[in-house]
Amino acid sequence: MDDRVIVRIGSKILTPFIMVFGLYVQFHGDYGPGGGFQAGVIFAAAFVLYGLVYGLANVLRVLPPGVPYLCGALGVMIFAGTGFVTMALGGSFLGYNALAHDPSHGQHYGILAIEWGVITTVFGVMVGLFYAFAGRRRS
Amino acid sequence: MVTVVDITLLILLGVTAIAVVRVRNLFAATMLMGIYSLLSASLFVTMDAMDVAFTEAAVGAGIATILMLGTLALVGSEEKAPKHRPILPLFVTLVTGAVLVYGSLDMPAFGDPNNPVHQHVAPYYLEDSYAETGIPNIVTVVLGSYRGFDTMGEAAVVFTALVGVLLLLARGGEHGHRTVDLRPGALDATSARRKSASPEGEETDHG
Repeated sequence: MDDRVIVRIGSKILTPFIMVFGLYVQFHGDYGPGGGFQAGVIFAAAFVLYGLVYGLANVLRVLPPGVPYLCGALGVMIFAGTGFVTMALGGSFLGYNALAHDPSHGQHYGILAIEWGVITTVFGVMVGLFYAFAGRRRS
Repeated sequence: MVTVVDITLLILLGVTAIAVVRVRNLFAATMLMGIYSLLSASLFVTMDAMDVAFTEAAVGAGIATILMLGTLALVGSEEKAPKHRPILPLFVTLVTGAVLVYGSLDMPAFGDPNNPVHQHVAPYYLEDSYAETGIPNIVTVVLGSYRGFDTMGEAAVVFTALVGVLLLLARGGEHGHRTVDLRPGALDATSARRKSASPEGEETDHG
């Protein structure tokens, strides 16, 4: 572990940039290529890289396994919850026009909300899968 | 120029696919699969499908490769020599491939704007989606707004994948001792015990 200086320092420098890039992909999904699915994978990649270089025990200290498992479920609830909110406001299920007086603002808010659900689910599932695979040892 | 790029990428794709089949070292095969995904992503870029290319590069070349490597750490990286003769599978594959190529001859020309698939709802999305939603990326509008219900299903499917993997891998299965305890602090104790028990540490497993 100690002799891989370039890998350790390199991954340490890259990790915050990967996270910011993931958020960039998330919030620019309306204007350029990207969105919740890609952003979730990129954001999860930061933690997976950390886990690969510094070991599973260390990444579990940063992000205990309960967090990604919870995120996986929470994201789907955010998505479906957006649908119920639009219904409560008098629209149809996931009919975002009901979210604001100006339909185009409503669409904007709605897509932002469901993309937030998608990134939460995808991030949680990707990190959770990595934990599940990396947590096993050869018998 | 675009044709040259397309043909080069397709040739590289074919070479990589054959190499994946031929190579016996599973570590090398996993890396070649990652290269295959990256080449597919490049092909999607030449087709102007940036969103798909993005996903293919992130999921196919990134996360999938890492999960494969995690599996290799468990099962070893040398494939067993095949016991059967490859004649019959080769025959079946060639016949199926020939039928598929024959079927593709009847398909409309690639990229033709008069194709049925471009005459259904696509013109409506292209012409009216900005006026209706005010969001310039049509892919995002279709995914999030026009087909929001589909996308919710997709998110649920992704979550179901995690539930399935956790049920299979993280809950012990038939041999409870094969699963590492993920609770805080438990892992350090486990790996410390393993290191003292066996002279070759866990680092060699990944080699």
